[in-house]
Amino acid sequence: MPTVDLAKTSLRELNHALHQLKNGSNETAWEVINPKGSHAVAAGVAVPVAVDVRGSVGYYCGGMNDGGEITVHGSAGPGVGENMMSGTIVVKGDASQYAGATGQGGLLVIEGNASSRCGISMKGIDIVVHGSIGHMSAFMAQSGTLVVLGDAGDALGDSIYEAKLFVRGKVKSLGADCVKKKMHPKHIERLQKLLDAAGVKDVKPEEFTRYGSARTLYNFNIDNADAY
Amino acid sequence: MTYQNPPTTPRKSATFDDYTLSEIRRAAATGIYDIRGAGAKRKLPHFDDLLFLGASISRYPLEGYRERCDTSVVLGTRHAKKPIELKIPITIAGMSFGSLSGPAKEALGRGATIAGTSTTTGDGGMTEEERGHSKTLVYQYLPSRYGMNPRDLRRADAIEIVVGQGAKPGGGGMLLGQKISDRVAHMRNLPQGIDQRSACRHPDWTGPDDLEIKILEIREITDWEKPIYVKVGGARPYYDTALAVKSGADVVVLDGMQGGTAATQEVFIEHVGQPTLACIRPAVQALQDLGMHRKVQLIVSGGIRNGADVAKALALGADAVSIGTAALVALGDNDPRWEAEYNALGTTAGAYDDWHEGKDPAGITTQDPELMKRVDPIAAGRRLANYLKVMTLETQTIARACGKNDVHNLEPEDLCALTVEAAAMAQVPLAGTSWIPGKGGF
Repeated sequence: MPTVDLAKTSLRELNHALHQLKNGSNETAWEVINPKGSHAVAAGVAVPVAVDVRGSVGYYCGGMNDGGEITVHGSAGPGVGENMMSGTIVVKGDASQYAGATGQGGLLVIEGNASSRCGISMKGIDIVVHGSIGHMSAFMAQSGTLVVLGDAGDALGDSIYEAKLFVRGKVKSLGADCVKKKMHPKHIERLQKLLDAAGVKDVKPEEFTRYGSARTLYNFNIDNADAY
Repeated sequence: MTYQNPPTTPRKSATFDDYTLSEIRRAAATGIYDIRGAGAKRKLPHFDDLLFLGASISRYPLEGYRERCDTSVVLGTRHAKKPIELKIPITIAGMSFGSLSGPAKEALGRGATIAGTSTTTGDGGMTEEERGHSKTLVYQYLPSRYGMNPRDLRRADAIEIVVGQGAKPGGGGMLLGQKISDRVAHMRNLPQGIDQRSACRHPDWTGPDDLEIKILEIREITDWEKPIYVKVGGARPYYDTALAVKSGADVVVLDGMQGGTAATQEVFIEHVGQPTLACIRPAVQALQDLGMHRKVQLIVSGGIRNGADVAKALALGADAVSIGTAALVALGDNDPRWEAEYNALGTTAGAYDDWHEGKDPAGITTQDPELMKRVDPIAAGRRLANYLKVMTLETQTIARACGKNDVHNLEPEDLCALTVEAAAMAQVPLAGTSWIPGKGGF
């Protein structure tokens, strides 16, 4: 297992080495030590490689991840897993703002809490937060699924498109055009799969409430102007 | 014969002119603000208000067609491992697939490639048409992140982080439902037929300190190979340029209010932002104050129409210019050959700007499969290449007349201004004087 010590090796060398990996490489498990809040750790990984980061990271850890299995054994700064395409990112601690922003695929698991704007503009990513999320989460969320075991802050799902939101706890307030929706068997099934994938135990899909778009703002209407 | 008092001629208000009255009636009838494409249409201080002095006894000219006058420019020399070299200092501005048809994007790529310059994607992602036909392609990184992915990021030749654009500094985008075809909807991951609002702010950074980290991330993802541009609308050009440089940009793209958009509110286009002419000197001053002029390249856009405009922008300190509206006209936009169809849409050739409605008779700003057939990408690309070559020759003609063996050697001392306003904005003397407003000297 290659171990990269960011106290001795530059970020550029780490990321370049990860980008040089080809599908089928034998170096399938990497360890990064001493991240000490570095930004863009393991950004742009493009093959199914496991990267264990021992400590907390700064901005954009695992940015644009496309296949990597990245685990942060600490907390993550803003934009963890931003624009992820595929693969998995697990944050053992908390995550700052914009977790999973614009993500297009893959699974982002935050075992602690996530701050504001979690899943902003998400485009297909699945996000599971074991704790609670901050305000303006899932703003303009286009598709994908956001699962929150705890509570959600103000203006959840403002201007949401077709993303699916499941919250187990309280929602402080819903944003424009975001409404409570009925749970159907297909949602229960989807939720169970995500809970299993995120390592959540002893929690049932039936405990969640589903939220999504009322679709009233999809085409402009002047009489809706006060909603904007 | 009875004497009649002579009537006064009916007098229309300069304040409430015909356009204004029509807009009040339109707003009252529809209850929605006017949305349109293109840039500011009002009369603004512009490059036409500047003149070149030419050579005389104190400096001698170069022979046209005989003595060399270089036009090439290298962009991204500050940090990128692979800077891009363009044969001409005129690039094609970002315009999205979605707002433009596939054949129009292909034509832009073909024309730019023949002329030796770059073209740019837009909001909506990279298409095969433009990647395949553009030798040098700049990939825009926009707030919406529609279609953004690391594979396209790596197959781009440069990356342009769009903070704003001249037509609407501080505004997001709008693509109305009628232009959202299956393909456009798929690329943007949204339902077909809905209005698509592009965000005005990036979702995962705010402010220059964050931008610096965002640029770091993109450089890391692309292994520090690609030049990274930062595009700003003409709002606060001194500070925006300085902050872009501070954030690590290789290239600053500065778009004045004449720069076009696919669609936004008329009130936004005409009332927010500064004219291109007013933006250049403050931006150049910022680069000079930081010791970065010519190290971080400056691309200026917004209302560039001919080689004289190019030469004037370069003389004021730009490294290159960018064209959007003019490139579309070269492809066939607003061509009088479609006059009857423009009339049927309630407009006339030269004034058509409802690009967001998707009914463009010229087949450029549309996703209608029948209309877009009117753009032959090979012929339209050739026209664009011709136009770019003419602009380049015109720029060289002026540069040689000013005694320069490289168009980038043009300088403010080669210029004078026809109006006090232009003299103040361009910081060159009013014609016939040595007076630069605000700088003294007479």
